[in-house]
Amino acid sequence: MKHLLSTQDLSARNALRLLDVAEEMAAVGQREIKKLPALRGRTVVNLFFEDSTRTRISFEAAAKRLSADVINFAVKGSSVSKGESLKDTAQTLEAMSADAVVIRHPASGAPARLAASGWIDAAVVNAGDGTHEHPTQALLDAFTLRRHWARLGGNPSAGTTLAGMKVLIVGDVLHSRVARSNVWLLTTLGAEVLLAGPPTLLPVGVGSWPCTVYYNLDEALAQRPDAVMMLRLQAERMNAAFFPSTREYSRRWGFDDGRLALLDTMGLDDTVIMHPGPMNRGLEISSAAADSPRSTVLAQVRNGVSVRMAALYLLLSGDHHDEQDDEQDDEQADAKDDATDVPAGNGTRTTPDTTREGTHP
Amino acid sequence: MTTDASTTTEYLIRGASILGGPSQDILVRGGRIVALGEDAGASAGVTAVDAEGLVALPGMVDLHTHLREPGREDAETVETGSRAAALGGFTAVHAMANSSPVADTAGVVEQVYRLGLASGWVEVRPVGAVTVGLGGERLAELGAMAESRAAVRVFSDDGICVHDPVLMRRALEYVKAFDGVIAQHAQEPRLTEGAQMNEGEVSAVLGLTGWPAVAEESIIARDVLLAQHVGSRLHVCHVSTAGSVEIIRWAKARGIDVTAEVTPHHLLLTDELVRSYDPVYKVNPPLRTSEDVHALREALADGTIDVVGTDHAPHPSEHKECEWAQAAMGMTGLETALSVVQHTMVETGMLDWEGFARVTSVTPARIGRLEHQGRPLAAGEPANLILVDPAARWTVDPSTMATKGRNSPFRGLELPGSVRATFYAGHATVLDGRLATPRPAAAGAAPTQDVPAWTI
Repeated sequence: MKHLLSTQDLSARNALRLLDVAEEMAAVGQREIKKLPALRGRTVVNLFFEDSTRTRISFEAAAKRLSADVINFAVKGSSVSKGESLKDTAQTLEAMSADAVVIRHPASGAPARLAASGWIDAAVVNAGDGTHEHPTQALLDAFTLRRHWARLGGNPSAGTTLAGMKVLIVGDVLHSRVARSNVWLLTTLGAEVLLAGPPTLLPVGVGSWPCTVYYNLDEALAQRPDAVMMLRLQAERMNAAFFPSTREYSRRWGFDDGRLALLDTMGLDDTVIMHPGPMNRGLEISSAAADSPRSTVLAQVRNGVSVRMAALYLLLSGDHHDEQDDEQDDEQADAKDDATDVPAGNGTRTTPDTTREGTHP
Repeated sequence: MTTDASTTTEYLIRGASILGGPSQDILVRGGRIVALGEDAGASAGVTAVDAEGLVALPGMVDLHTHLREPGREDAETVETGSRAAALGGFTAVHAMANSSPVADTAGVVEQVYRLGLASGWVEVRPVGAVTVGLGGERLAELGAMAESRAAVRVFSDDGICVHDPVLMRRALEYVKAFDGVIAQHAQEPRLTEGAQMNEGEVSAVLGLTGWPAVAEESIIARDVLLAQHVGSRLHVCHVSTAGSVEIIRWAKARGIDVTAEVTPHHLLLTDELVRSYDPVYKVNPPLRTSEDVHALREALADGTIDVVGTDHAPHPSEHKECEWAQAAMGMTGLETALSVVQHTMVETGMLDWEGFARVTSVTPARIGRLEHQGRPLAAGEPANLILVDPAARWTVDPSTMATKGRNSPFRGLELPGSVRATFYAGHATVLDGRLATPRPAAAGAAPTQDVPAWTI
């Protein structure tokens, strides 16, 4: 992998490898000294064109635990408002010899543009672009789901896929980069994905996605999902005639106390409730649901750091040999082997790659 | 008509295949085709042009060109745009009104008209705005533009839809007084707020705001009914969807006086290209699906769509070297139109060269009411013609183009067909595939003889 731009072009092998490395990284997080020297001397720039404290600090923590130098570059309200283009910003970062650029941008495709333009040679990590994708969010969701699924099956997480798992994603799919990234990644990992939401908030063209679509949340819940992922309802959608009122939305598509009780009634004892945060309590999710033992909200936050460490590590540690692997799908054994490449806690087995790839088209 | 040294140059075009038919010699003198075949004998002082293997066609007429002048001379000027047009095989272009200031007064259209005369590469016909400042609120002085020296016949707010149904009705009615036509940019504004690309499977994946086909089709449906009601003629710019084709087919079957246009890029490219997020593929209307592309080709072949219009829209590089959402919409097209139409329509057997001439020259000239353009290649006719090498193959390289715009979506593609010569009113503006000389301004086949001193 040279960049991490979307989960749609992430092969099952690379995805599993990333999750397996993230397991190792999570182990580091349990140590007293939560730091690896893997990326010492490398520079990671967090280039945020949109406010997102949560994602930014998660990436910052990940890079710092790998000993990288971190530069936070919040563009909103500074140079963009003065008319500095993405191109100029990118070239500025290139001149500062950034090794990786973690970019959050309100325009769909901005990270892809950065990666393909030739303006910059750094590895590009998409930290959320418009309504396109948010691959590290999906990876941390998959990581969280996999741990849950492995525990239920009595297996170790590493190497496990999501085969047989049923995941229901609920809400504003149309504007959700989290939903898109999850649909591709979870299906790649073998899960069955169900979508539920008002027809106005499901994209035209959703019919060709590898998932089943429900307009009625209770019908979708009757499919007995193993996980229910509630999407955040953005404030700006509330007044744009996508639905009549927030109360109606909440009644029809919110995970309220009644639906929480329904899970118990249906005997779905192992079904978890997920939310990428920040939550609108009382709107798409009730407080009782958010705080219930089923909720994985805090585990998701914790796992975010591990997954982002894995992404930065794999992108910057220089092993580009895995790019041709796409369709070899019997990857579990390989993935386990690969996981042994992860440095031990105090080790310096990883030598930073000095043969950075040249320009790309 | 005044004459001078350049238009007295006599050309003997040897062995050109007329509209793809039998090869004949063509003798051009004094701005006209004076003889064909056996009658076209050589005389002293004649310039011979070897056209062996070349097809002779009437000079192409573009109903839809953005020349950007006045106002955005960094993007294009009348001079650079008309050079590109001549190289692309055009002898006339219609300069769209969305300049700055907008071409909504007799003064601005006359300015553009005179710039075209001064350039001398092609006939430049200004399009007048329908509404003041393209604002969609008040009719511009359509009559004044029609009566100006520019003799405007095509009116359009292109880039913006005349969406107010009452205003559209009035415009359609009003231009009947001087045989004008309203060229509508069919885009329902509310359905396309923030729209970035065709709404469908690809937009769903890319997370780009969708531009539904119905936004185009609903306006076309309304407009053909309005045109029928008031008995006016309507031209639909850059038709891009299969549904639009169906509506126009229906309208024509009912005898409604509607003509329609398709761009070369909508005949070839699809929204799959947007997956790259490269703004060179960002255009209005957006690239659609392959089903739409095939419906458009069928419609152009069967006459439902009447003409090819380039919608040549040059932009400075900074308007394309950015994020998709921030990028400007539009593509260059003058220098690739012939090749793309040959590739999509002629080489697929859907049009012969006579059909090519119909959709690129004869019919657009008729819609724009250009008397000297799109004429048969026959003795006594104005010598607006081109020589095309249909066997040529070339790879599109925007950096070598005459237009200032580098935003060609065909970059890197190998295309067939190359324009070897362009004769504009008997004057060779292109010879051997390269720009020759412009036609001197004083030679005008224009409605007026007086050319101000500053143009010389």
